[in-house]
Parts: sequence; C-alpha cells; structure tokens
Amino acid sequence: MERVAIIGIGQTKYEREKRGETFADLVFEVVTKALNDAKIGIEDIDNVVTVSNDFWDGRTISSMAVTEACGSYGKNVSTVEGDGTFGAFYGLMRILSGSFRSTLVVSHCKGSEGSNHLITNAIFNPIYERAIGLDSISSSALQARRYMEKYGITEEQCALASVKNHKNAKDNPFSQIAMDICVEDVMNSKALSDPIKLLDSSPISDGACAIILADERMAKRVTTRPVWVKGVSHSADAYNLGDRDLAEPDALIRAAQKVYDMAGIQEPLREIDVAEIYDAFSYQELLWSEGLGFCERGKGGRLIESGKTTKEGMLPINPSGGVLSAHPVLVAGLARIAEITIQLRGEGNGRQVDGAKIGLAHGINGACGQAHCVWILES
Amino acid sequence: MGQRVAIVGTGQTHHRSSRKDVNGVELIQEATSRALEDAGLRREDIDAVVIGNMDHFEGINYVDMWSIDGNGGLHKPVMKVTTGGTTGTTVAIAGYYHVASGLFDTVLAIGWEKNSESDTTAAIITCADPYWERPTFGGAVAGLATAACEYMHRYGITERDAALVAVRDRKNAIKNPYAHLRKQITVEEVLGSPILAYPIKLLDICPRTDGACAVIFASEDKAKKIADKPAWVHQVSSRHNYTFLTDIERSGRMPTLYEACMEVYKNAGIRDPLHELDVIEMYTPSSFAGLVWIDALGVCDEGEAVKLVSDGATEMGGELPINPSGGVISTNCIGATGLIRVAEAAMQVSGRAGEHQIEGAKLALATGFGGCSWSDVLLIGSAKPN
Repeated sequence: MERVAIIGIGQTKYEREKRGETFADLVFEVVTKALNDAKIGIEDIDNVVTVSNDFWDGRTISSMAVTEACGSYGKNVSTVEGDGTFGAFYGLMRILSGSFRSTLVVSHCKGSEGSNHLITNAIFNPIYERAIGLDSISSSALQARRYMEKYGITEEQCALASVKNHKNAKDNPFSQIAMDICVEDVMNSKALSDPIKLLDSSPISDGACAIILADERMAKRVTTRPVWVKGVSHSADAYNLGDRDLAEPDALIRAAQKVYDMAGIQEPLREIDVAEIYDAFSYQELLWSEGLGFCERGKGGRLIESGKTTKEGMLPINPSGGVLSAHPVLVAGLARIAEITIQLRGEGNGRQVDGAKIGLAHGINGACGQAHCVWILES
Repeated sequence: MGQRVAIVGTGQTHHRSSRKDVNGVELIQEATSRALEDAGLRREDIDAVVIGNMDHFEGINYVDMWSIDGNGGLHKPVMKVTTGGTTGTTVAIAGYYHVASGLFDTVLAIGWEKNSESDTTAAIITCADPYWERPTFGGAVAGLATAACEYMHRYGITERDAALVAVRDRKNAIKNPYAHLRKQITVEEVLGSPILAYPIKLLDICPRTDGACAVIFASEDKAKKIADKPAWVHQVSSRHNYTFLTDIERSGRMPTLYEACMEVYKNAGIRDPLHELDVIEMYTPSSFAGLVWIDALGVCDEGEAVKLVSDGATEMGGELPINPSGGVISTNCIGATGLIRVAEAAMQVSGRAGEHQIEGAKLALATGFGGCSWSDVLLIGSAKPN
C-alpha cells in the first residue's frame, strides 16, 4: 500500500442536543476546522466523501443536506452510509487509486432529532424481529449476557470500562459526559435492558467530525506532523443474531488479523501505544479488546482489571473517554481516528498518552458489531 | 489513474412492477448469482462487496448488513454507498475505486430497489429541506415538471418532441428480456396519457420497479483470466453540486451532467463525442430530461438535442444510439437504475447485449442522475485504457 497520511482533523463538541445548529452547520464547522488544522484551503481538496444515514437524519438522500457545507461543489464526491471508519476507508481507496491527492471525509449525526429505539429497531428483520422490540440496547444486552455467561465476565468488570472512560473524558474538551464515578454507581444506575444499565450505555449525542487524507507528496508538502496509515481492514459477520455466537467477534478477529499483517504487528498489546475503540456499551470495550487480540479470548475482564488499559497503562484504551462519553452514531468511528491522530501528534494535552507512536482506531456497523473496521496509524 | 479495472460480469433480475415472490435479500441474490454465473466465478472468488439503495423505499436500516445472505459478503468487507437516484452509478464508481486502489482484485457491486414495498413519492419528498422546500417540491415529479416547463420555454420544444424519447426507449425495451415495460407505445398515446404535473404525463416518466443489478469489477490480471472480452473502465466522474432545489443553475446545459462529461472526455482524450462514442446508456428520469440533457453530453450544440432525436440519430441504427436497453423510462428500480446503465454499457462494448446489441460498439457512456440534479458518468470501452 502506498503511503497516505491524515493531515487535518476537526471535531465539534459533542452534546446531547445541538438545537441551534443544522446538519450543514455542524459539517461546515468541522470542515473549516479540518482545513485550518491542515493549513490548506478548500481548493486544495480534490474529492469528498460524506457519511450520513437517511434513518438518523429523517431525510432521504441525507447527503443532500450537506453538499454545500462540505465544499464539494464542482468536485468528485460520494457518500458512504455506515460508520465513519468505513467512509474514511473509501476516502483512502480513492487516493490509492491515483485519481486524487486529497480526500475530505466528513460525518454528521444528530441523535437528538430521532428516536434511537425506532431507528435501530429498523436494523432488524421486519417480519421476525422488529415486533419483539429489538433495538441497539436490547440486542446488545443479549450479546452482553451471552459474553458474560460464556466466559464468566462480571457486570462489575464491564462497569470498570465506564468508570475509566468517563474519567478519561474529563481531559477531552469535545466529550459530552465526563465524570468521576465508581463501579457501585454503575451497578446502581437504572437498568435499561438486563444486564445493561444506564451508566453501561453510551449517550444520545449530536456532533460531526472531519478528517483530511492526503497522498505522500501532498502530506509532506503541507504538514510537518502527518499521521500515516499503516493498515486498514474491515469485515462483516452474519446478519441474524442467531447465526452468530455473539460472544465471538469473528468479524473483528478477521479485520484485526488482516490489519496487523498489513502493519507488521505481531503483539498488539505491546506494539500498539494507544487504542480508541467503539465502546457503545461498557461490555464492548472488553469484548472488542479480545477481538483485537489485546488479550486471550474470555480475558477481557481481567485485562481491564489489570489496569493495563488506563491512560498510564501498557495499552491505554479510549483516553478520549471513548464512545461511552459521546456517541454521535456514524461520527463516532471517525472521531476515534481523529483522536488517534491527536495522540500520535502529541497534541492530546491532558489526555495525551506519553510517547504514543502507533495507534489503533476502530469502528462498528450494524447490530452487535456485525461489521468492524480497524485502522493502524503511525506518527 | 491507478490499477486498470474491468467489468467482467453483470447480472440483472427480470424487472417487474411487483416481485411478491421474493423478498429484498432474495432479489439481491438473484442478481448477484447471475453476475457470478456470467463471470464464471464463485462467491468465494469475491474480495469485497459494495451495495446501494435508498433506505426509505423499503424501510430497512443498514441494508449492507441486512442483505449479507444475498450479497455474499459474509466474512468480507461490505460497504454501503447511497446518493439518491445516482446510487447505482455511485455503487459502480465505488466498485471501480475498490479495485483501482490495489486493495482488492475482484469486487461485487450491487444496486437494488423493491419499490412495490414503498410509497415512492412519500419517500422522495423527504429529500427536500424540511423547512424551505418540502412543502413545495413534492417528490420527483414536481422538480422534473418544473425543469420541463423551463426547457419548453427556453428551447421552444413541444410535448410532442419529448414524447419521441419515450417512444424510442419503450420500443428498444421490447428487445431487452430484463426490461420492465415491454410494450410499444405511440406519440399519441404519450400525449393522451394522464397528466401527473404539467407538462409531464404518465408515459413521459419512468415507472417504479422491483429489481436488482450486480456488476463484477476486476483488476487487470484477474480480468484477463476471467473474461474473454472485459469491459474496461476508462473514466469515472461525479458532480453532486446542489443542496437546495432552488439553487440548481438553470442556464446553459444541465450543469452537473455537462461538468462530469467534460471531465471524462478531457481525461480520456475525447474531442468529438458524437462520433467517438458508439452508444450511450443515459439516466433519463423523464422524456423531457432525456431530450434536453443530450446537449449536456456534449454531442450537439445547446438546444440542438431535439434535432438529433427527431432525425433518428439516437435510434438503434443511428449515429449515436441512446438507451438500447430501453432506458429508465422502461425500467426504474431506483437504487439499481444507474448500475443497470453501467451493466448495459459493459454488455455493449463486450458484444454481449443480445438482441439489443449495437453492432461494433467499442466505447460507451453510462450516466446517472439523482439527488438535487446531481450526475455521475462512467466511460466504458472494449480497448484497454492507456
């Protein structure tokens, strides 16, 4: 793979409800920030990939709302409907094709304007599954329960991810929910869908994120702090929940293996300096850690108990506060890439992981992590 | 340009107004199986899948994930792209870039729609801005009718001129076994059909169709092994310029189509498209658009399209045949529609279009239309691009 770098990033502050801003306002804000961050103008961008979802936006052809704001007038442009990590993957391919030098990738979502239950219920089979009320929370509860039963993971171990990430969020100016809590607080919080409780769950969020990818020549010309793409891969699992063992993140294992091969990583726990992973629920940080090979299968609980994933640990996970602290759907994966970029530039201030040189960003698509996309980035 | 990319297989369903015998996943499976059969490949030979449709027609969220059983993407990279009416061409362009990037050798691109399960107009209405435009631009017909009125005023074309496009495409569809509407119509029948929104009448506009299309893109090395006559992707371009329907620039040639075509011609070294192109599969949402937008293809002077059509230049045996497949006025499974243009263009330059083959076709243009007067264009040729 030829060398491609991230040369600019922009994020909004993530909030429960951005009542004063339209989709276009959010996109314009982060595109402007990313261009300023890269110290280039919109005329230096030769193609654009937007990321949006018609269900979340309540609008068919949801990308229509942001074509002006993303600066794609007169340029080649496309739209990915899925997590931002997948949109960034398409942006990367467009550069690798040799047709373009620089791709602007931008994603937006306003969770506040829709019903999470209805929108995520529409993921499920309309005949057999929707009527029983499955949505992102109840399906994840099934996965959490299966994972806990199969490997003896406890609710307290899952709660540790919530405690750690909400604390980390205090150092991230973009995060939505930052607080000091303890395992007991999580355990005593309101049950949403057993075993998932309120503090095990990510919030409803509004926000946007943009990144700019550039080929090696342009990256070297415009920036002194490029963050290079060392590998990226994604993979999909079966649709029906019953066709999968929900305790086994097979798609993630496949994507991780491929990306580690691309990046030449043999021992991810030791070789990766920082990881931002898609923890929509607390159990997911443990389960995805296993899929990513940070520990053996079934040892996700022990990994977080060991303290290795705190900001000072061997492999800090989600120093930004992760998705548990802000969950604009579709944006959240792109925000993971943006946060790793910040880390590898050494610009994380309070959330900076000392000496971070190799980072991992992760996004998911569909119910219970049906598809996963994994990026390895290097300073 | 990166790696050379060719189309090595295509598959379509027999498009119908309502396919009650299959669900969406099965419909997708039909098209993908036919594409694999056409290429002589098996599911395990596919490295990645790209799929597209418009969510609000079927009410399925995360279609890429839901359709895994039919799209063959289990344990593979699967990506969804969607851009409204241009979705099919957007899928094709994404399939192209997957291979051109060098990351994948064989990529399956799928477009589909099961419009019988939707209220098409209700879904399309929601593309307009909820405050400023939703109350006035109701669905696809209103915007196209507004444009058609403007064309009649600006170029002095008549409803009868436009009807010729519908008559031509419906005649061509009779020879395409996959087309939805396969019955000859006359100019008088078009003019006498019920008015939907003046000046657009029922027979001036595309139908709503259930159908799917799949196209397999392959790298140069693979393409040579898979296909006797690969259809090479020479150029791709897209322009999705507008957010508000009232922003569409209504002077000169249809702007996004013209810009995209000019980019493609420039990069391909085409100077005289009327003579260099052998066939065009054009996304014509209405007869009026199918007439006036011909000038945006750069094959005639502005406003001269009506002459090309009335002289028969765009007929099967003409100088530059347009829509030998029967086009969008004969078949419109929306998320698949643009991809069908690409598949048909590939079939033409590979000499595999059957009864609607344009003899000796070597270079074909496929266009997509959608969103807010957006356009995608692909140039497909029998010769390997430079």
